[in-house]
Amino acid sequence: ILNSGCNNNVKGKVKGCEPRVLSLQNILSLILFLLPASALTTGIYMIFSTKPEMATQEVQPNETLTNLKAESDTLKTKLEDERAKLHDVELHQVAEKVDGLGQFIMKTRRTLKGHGNKVLCMDWCKDKRRIVSSSQDGKVIVWDAFTTNKEHAVTMPCTWVMACAYAPSGCAVACGGLDNKCSVYPLSLDKNENLAAKKKSVAMHTNYLSACSFTNSDMQILTSSGDGTCALWDVESGQLLQSFHGHAADVLCLDLAPSETGNTFVSGGCDKKANVWDMRSGQCIQSFETHESDINSVRYYPSGDAFASGSDDATCRLYDLRADREVAIYSKESIIFGASSVDFSLSGRLLFGGYNDYTINVWDVLKGTRVSILFGHENRVSTLRLSPDGTAFCSGSWDHTLRIWA
Amino acid sequence: MTSNSNVANMRRLVEQLKLEASLERIKVSQAAAELQQYCHQNAAKDALLVGVPAGSNPFREPRSCNLF
Repeated sequence: ILNSGCNNNVKGKVKGCEPRVLSLQNILSLILFLLPASALTTGIYMIFSTKPEMATQEVQPNETLTNLKAESDTLKTKLEDERAKLHDVELHQVAEKVDGLGQFIMKTRRTLKGHGNKVLCMDWCKDKRRIVSSSQDGKVIVWDAFTTNKEHAVTMPCTWVMACAYAPSGCAVACGGLDNKCSVYPLSLDKNENLAAKKKSVAMHTNYLSACSFTNSDMQILTSSGDGTCALWDVESGQLLQSFHGHAADVLCLDLAPSETGNTFVSGGCDKKANVWDMRSGQCIQSFETHESDINSVRYYPSGDAFASGSDDATCRLYDLRADREVAIYSKESIIFGASSVDFSLSGRLLFGGYNDYTINVWDVLKGTRVSILFGHENRVSTLRLSPDGTAFCSGSWDHTLRIWA
Repeated sequence: MTSNSNVANMRRLVEQLKLEASLERIKVSQAAAELQQYCHQNAAKDALLVGVPAGSNPFREPRSCNLF
């Protein structure tokens, strides 16, 4: 049952989802929230097994289990109460006195054409003009976004390259997908050189790679996977430095905290949870579960005090880390398709959301209202990122193209 | 074997919840005020929010670069 859950999610990204209805998978996700995956496997075995259990030693462990369950329920209630106590006002109420935003004129300024199939992921280089993108057909392309020229192209040995990232130095890119690995390709200045020859396999997961990101150096990579874990790797040796367990289903996205705010990152998954992790200890520090479906994208607010998420439940939400709760929901009755990717503008005032209905919605983060809809893509928007200096953002789509908006 | 691992997992869950429950939190009103303040302080630098003078956003230029 667990395996079919994982495959459904990959298939969901393949075939294209209709708006969510409650399914067996959703019900299972509810159960998965209460028990970690390993317990669930054994739990399901116990429920469905026809073998009679050994009776003698069951009494004491079951009592402890009941006690622990009661304790965990008490703690969960306490957690909700503590959070509710501080919920004295809504963000948009505080923002009522703030000036409204005027009309936005954002247009497609560049269209990057060249992928032969759905664009799944993209990332900017720190030089603010180069972009790496990856596609279902296994190709990873490095573009110069100013001129729209392709600078490098690599063909991966697998299809569905769901994750790609640019190294901070600009000298390498990382990517992976259905091969369950994250590989690093150093970028050569020599256009004729075969990049695939210098490939370095860094991360190994037991299911698809959903996202990857370099930390603030070329030396470490953070990955998230359909196997339900995130992991931190040393690029040079390929060694696993830290693993992060806590999600009860596929982890779909991650984002590192802005460097000033320390060593944490946030991840979102098919268990509808967004978890904040301490990179050094591997501990989950905070967990948020208010979404009603898979969380496809998470992104930190530029100050590092909050993060936004985009989900298949057609909403984007803002969670404040110091208030430890959701503080805003960005939704409209007319928006019924999932949000696949989100990013903030430089000041954090705007939230850009790419959706499965082919549009990009621009939200006023403080007031909670939509300020603009951007049309242009001819299929679902799968990835979206602000440029490093905030002058533009790039979106990638299942229509095989990337667009630069400004 | 199976119920012992259930117990171990529940123990871990309880420990995790204890950790999360012990977090120090601030009021939403204060958190919201600080988010708003950050927006305000950085609004002038946000090119997509306020726009930049024509010519200084490289993407708004047509493809040929003009060097002055």
